[in-house]
Order: sequence, then structure tokens, then C-alpha cells
Amino acid sequence: MTLIDTPAAPFDASSFLSVNDLRVQFPTEDGVVKAVDGLSFSLERGRTLAIVGESGSGKSVTSQAIMGLINRASATIEGQVVLEGQDLIAMSNEDVRRLRGTTMAMIFQDPLSSLHPYYSISRQLVEAVRVHQKVSKADARKQCISMLDRVGIPSAEKRIDDFPHQLSGGMRQRVMIAMALLNSPDLLIADEPTTALDVTVQAQIIDLLKSIQQEFNTAIIIITHDLGVVADTADDVAVMYAGRVVEYGSVEGVYRRPQMPYTLGLLASVPRIDRARVTRLDPIPGTPPSLIALPSGCAFRPRCTFSAEVPDNLCSDVRPDLVEAADGHQVSCHLTPEKRLRNADAMFALLDGRSEAGVQAATPSDPESGDPA
Amino acid sequence: MSPSTDPVLRVTDLSKHFPVKSGGMMGRTRGSVKAVDGISLEVMAGETLGLVGESGCGKSTAGRTMLKLLDPTGGRIELNGRDITTLSRRQMVPLRREAQMIFQDPYNSLNPRHTVGTIISAPFVVQKVDPPGGIKSAVQSLMERVGLNPEHYNRYPNEFSGGQRQRIGVARAIALQPKLIVCDEPVSALDVSIQAQVVNLLEDLQNDFGMAYVFVAHDLSVVRHISDRVAVMYLGHIMELAGRDELYENPLHPYTHALLSAVPVPDPGAAAKRERILLQGDLPSALNPPAGCVFNTRCWKAEDRCRVEVPLLRTLAEGHEVACHFPQGHLAPGETIVGPAGPLVASDSSLPTPEHLSQNAARARRGQAWQGDDPHDFDPITHIQ
Repeated sequence: MTLIDTPAAPFDASSFLSVNDLRVQFPTEDGVVKAVDGLSFSLERGRTLAIVGESGSGKSVTSQAIMGLINRASATIEGQVVLEGQDLIAMSNEDVRRLRGTTMAMIFQDPLSSLHPYYSISRQLVEAVRVHQKVSKADARKQCISMLDRVGIPSAEKRIDDFPHQLSGGMRQRVMIAMALLNSPDLLIADEPTTALDVTVQAQIIDLLKSIQQEFNTAIIIITHDLGVVADTADDVAVMYAGRVVEYGSVEGVYRRPQMPYTLGLLASVPRIDRARVTRLDPIPGTPPSLIALPSGCAFRPRCTFSAEVPDNLCSDVRPDLVEAADGHQVSCHLTPEKRLRNADAMFALLDGRSEAGVQAATPSDPESGDPA
Repeated sequence: MSPSTDPVLRVTDLSKHFPVKSGGMMGRTRGSVKAVDGISLEVMAGETLGLVGESGCGKSTAGRTMLKLLDPTGGRIELNGRDITTLSRRQMVPLRREAQMIFQDPYNSLNPRHTVGTIISAPFVVQKVDPPGGIKSAVQSLMERVGLNPEHYNRYPNEFSGGQRQRIGVARAIALQPKLIVCDEPVSALDVSIQAQVVNLLEDLQNDFGMAYVFVAHDLSVVRHISDRVAVMYLGHIMELAGRDELYENPLHPYTHALLSAVPVPDPGAAAKRERILLQGDLPSALNPPAGCVFNTRCWKAEDRCRVEVPLLRTLAEGHEVACHFPQGHLAPGETIVGPAGPLVASDSSLPTPEHLSQNAARARRGQAWQGDDPHDFDPITHIQ
């Protein structure tokens, strides 16, 4: 091995947020569900980390564990979540509750079921202010109106008395964002913030999150399955599979030189709007594993097309560690660095080759058709 | 896939309005939601027509009304040349062999108390078809064809994953080898890696059996991949209809332009280079749609004319139809544009008709060349780097 293969950067408690070897397990009748199985990352203020993965990869459980939203009676949580020097896992529920809202806040996927249908927007927002600040109702209401205004709700002083059902999906998501920002948190976790929204509204919300980050220097964790949203919003990306991070690095590095076969598969299987049709999509074969009975060794091995290239049954016997493959780019895979890079190059060559052929065949009569912008 | 010249499905000026009643048992109708408001299109044998738009644009209602799962309010539906607009449910039964449907939610569209075998054999039983070799072997070969294990014949839907359930829905739809399948968001409930598997399956089946698809979806990337032609809907109207690459490379309607630019691309380099148009506000209510062009409230090019006059869907280039007064695109000034051909979409009879509208419409009906307005320069409100 010629390329650097050093162990991943050790746990760095000086970061704004650092998560070290987080494990969340839910005991069930059928066995123990290892929803998050040894997760580590760190995040600085003003940066955005995207956590991508399919359903059941543990991305939402990770965010709930950080926010202290998992009932400790029904799950075992191990590891460290250190936010500005304080370990949230070791803290009491009461102390975490005090941080929730002021230091960290969350935006949920479904704005309709996350807002109470029975109470007006104003009542729900004013409550969120007065839990953490000693202010009068009138002052809290003023704060809420200016925040609604800030997130782009027209005539906020009128709409604040509406009920959730009177607002559209995009407006409800703006209310959720306003609620999360009321006590100016330093960490914002957005769990699939745009999945329930239409693309034109999604563009508005992404734009809003970016400008809020610039204004308040917030650290954002965005959880999504949409690779396009990641490329659009995040600085760093963690790809999760079966409760573990399998690839971590800057968005640029991971998208340009994906090294883990799963990331490669994800990028190859999505059709792209800015490319002419490829002859055929390359799906990842099979389905994600059950979190109760994970495959031995690498959890992705049963679906991996390259595991035959690894000698000594390493893939089925030994679970690969997350190791540094390039500057800040970590991968959990037994393939040699040369093979991983060769696979990435082959995939891009394949995609480019196909799409160029497609463009030529598509509209030869229109000379300007190749320039969509 | 070589689309022939006979349409499997022809829809002319189709509308579906849902009455809105005021409360009480004797509630009077106080308006109607114009979910689909005068759309016309043709689906050729063996082709895939994509129907895209945001939620509330009427694409799903259009798909269901085309198959008479909902009774149309107006217009005409022809299936294989036969007018089915006014047929009763009972009269429709034999025709269901020709046209089938695949639903979005693989959890709610399968009866949880029926085995997979019962579900997939339902079309044979309902249509009283006796396949050679018996129903069970036909069902098992269908299961094999869509990538399910035939030994799972006696299992229940809850024993399958989302992707496998969608395969069950596909097997049921293709059982009688229909000419047309309306797929209503068939992959949007699935994970990305599973989506590609089902998209490939649908394409393989089309290659084998030559059926036509109406592919209703909101995911513009998937639609670009699977469709031959694409229709963009907004508030019950078709805004633009064109060949797949023509529509994506050279959109002429401002709404299509905005919609395409809003889709994030999984490529950090490209994402920074792409132009983005941020539409302001939300979709207007279909209960009280804007007068004139339904898009005028969010359009950056809207002028007085757009607020009064409904733009007709007119052919601006070979196979490229647009409903806009000021289409943008790569049209040279003074270029002669092919006049409107085919059915016109206009609900002008029910609306106040300004003089210039009737003139344009009359010219269009005579098949004369459209004297287009100067194509405006591309001038979106917001560019985002």
C-alpha cells in the first residue's frame, strides 16, 4: 500500500461538537436493534455536515441521540456527544432539556405533524420563547413576529394567529425553522427538512438555511437521503450504512473521488437532471440488511460487487475500520486504495461516456440544446 | 421502443372539478376545485409520457381520470380509438384489460389480508381469463419476471420490503399484458438504491411487452430518465409538452425553467455553476385560480396581458407545445414558427374573452403561423451563484 492509510483522526474534544463512538441500541422481542453502531465525527461553528443514508441506516436516530430525544428507558446509549465541552450523554435529562432550544435546536421532516394542530402558531412560538427567557407574553410575541418575518412569512403579524392547517407546507416548514431559531441556537439539526416539500419550495428553504447560517454562524447538521441537497448545502458529508459511517470527507472529495463501493453505488444509481439519459441505471443489488442480524464483517459485503477482489475472506471476517484515505477523507473498506480509486474512475468514465453518447443522439438538430442554463 | 402513430390514449380538453360544499346536509355547492382544467394529450403505443408538476398541480387526478377511476367533469377520453368518457363502471370492466394502474404507496395499495398469489391472480379472476397452465403457474411466472421468488406465493404483503411490494403491484398490473399502464409516483416511496431497481424493471417490461406508460411523478430526474415525452402541469393546466431532451435542454415556459433550475444536482461543481431561479410564494389555491395565465402570480415575466388572457397550448417547434404569451428560449427574432397543430387547450368559452385572444385562437384554428411576440431575454428575478 503506497497511499496513506493511517487511523482516523482521534476524538477531538476541542471541536464545537464532537461525537465519539456513539452507540444506540434498542432491545426488542426479536433481538437487539443496533441502530447506531460506533459513530464518530466533529463539527465546527458555521459549517454544515450532511448525514446521508437510506431508511434504516441510523441517521435519524443519530440526530435524536444528540438532541437527547431518545427515551433512555427503552434504549441503551453509549459513547460521548460533547457540545462545547459538555458531554450530553452523561448529563441528566433535565440539563439536556435546558440546552435544547437555546444551544441546540431541531427541525423535523414533517411540519404538519410536528406542529400542534389545536394551538395557534403564536401560542406555540410564544411558549418556546418563554420556556427559556423571562419575558412578557407581549415581548415574546414581538420576538416571534420578527422571526417569522425573518424566515420569509408574508404579513407575519397577521399570520402568527393562524393555525397550522391554514398554512401551506412550505410556510409550516418556515414556522418550524422560526421556532428552532427563536433562542438563537448554535447547533441546528435539520432532519430531512425538505423531503416533504416541492422542489421550488425546497429551493426557498435551502436558501433560507444558508442565509441563516451566514447570519448567526450556526453549525448545521442536515440529514437527508437526497444526494443533490447534500451537494447544494453541505461542507462535509458522512455516508451512513447499517448504523456506521462508511465514508466521511468534504463534499468535494467524496463526490469527486468516492472510495467506498456503497457511495459509488449511490452516485451511480440516481438519474441526473442535468445529463441526457443514460442507457440504464446501475442499481445497487439487494436490500439493506436487518439491524438485528447484521452480516459478519463489512455490513455492505452481501451487496458489494468488489468483495471478491479482497483476499483471505477479509470482507466477511473482519469489519473494516474507518481510516484516513486522503486528506480528511475517511473510508471504511478493505479494498486497496489503488483499487478504490480505479473503481471511482471507472464509474465516472462510464457515466460520462454514456451521457455524451446520449447528448449526441438526442437532439442533433438543435445546436444550442447542449446549453441548458 | 419505437412509438407507432396510433395513440393508445387520446385525451381532449379533459377536466375534473371537485365540488366544494358548504357545511350541513343540504349544503349547497359554493365552488369547485379545478384539479384538472382542460388538458389534451396523446399517448402513443409503446411510449412513455411523463406527467410532472408539484403537489396540487393535478397530475395524479389527471392520471386517475384518464382511466376513469374518477368520472371526468368534461372533455373526452379515447382508449384505443374508443370513446370511454361516458361508460359506466360495469361497461369499463372489460376495458380494464387494456389499461392498468400502478400506485404510489406499496403499503396501502395491497390488501394486507390477501396472499401475494391472490393479489396477483385477481386480474385473471376478475376478467375470467384462464391462462394456459392454470392461474397459479401464470402468477408464479409473473412473480419470477418481476424479480420475486415464486415460492413466496402464499406470503402476505407485510412480509415484503417496500421495493418488493412495488414489484407485486407491477406484477398485478402487467398480468393481462395491457396496452397502457398509468404509473402514479411508482418509485417515490422507495429508497434511492431500490428506486433504480424498479425503474429498470419498468423499462425492461416495456421493452418486452411494448406497453405505453403514463409516468406521473414529481421527481424530475427520474422522469427525464424514463420518459420519451414530458408534460409539465401547473394548477390543472399543461404548461409545456415536449420530447424529453428538448424539454430539459430547451425549456420555453418560465415555469418549466424555474422548476428545472430548482432541482439540486448531486455534483458540487455543477451545483455552483448552475443558475437558479427562486420562485416566490406558493401554489395558488385551485379553488380560486388566478385569472388569465394561472402562473402569472409567480411569473417574473407576467404583463397585463397574462392577467387577462389564458395562453393557449401552441406548437412552437416540432413536437414542442407551450402555453405562454412570452415563451423564452432560443428563438431568433423574426423566425417563422410552425403554427399550432393538434387540439387546442383553451377553456376560453367559460372565461371573458378579450378580443386579441379570440383573434389568436381563430388564427390558430385556421392553422396559420403564430405571429409570436418577441422572445424576451432571460431575466429571472434572482440568480444564485
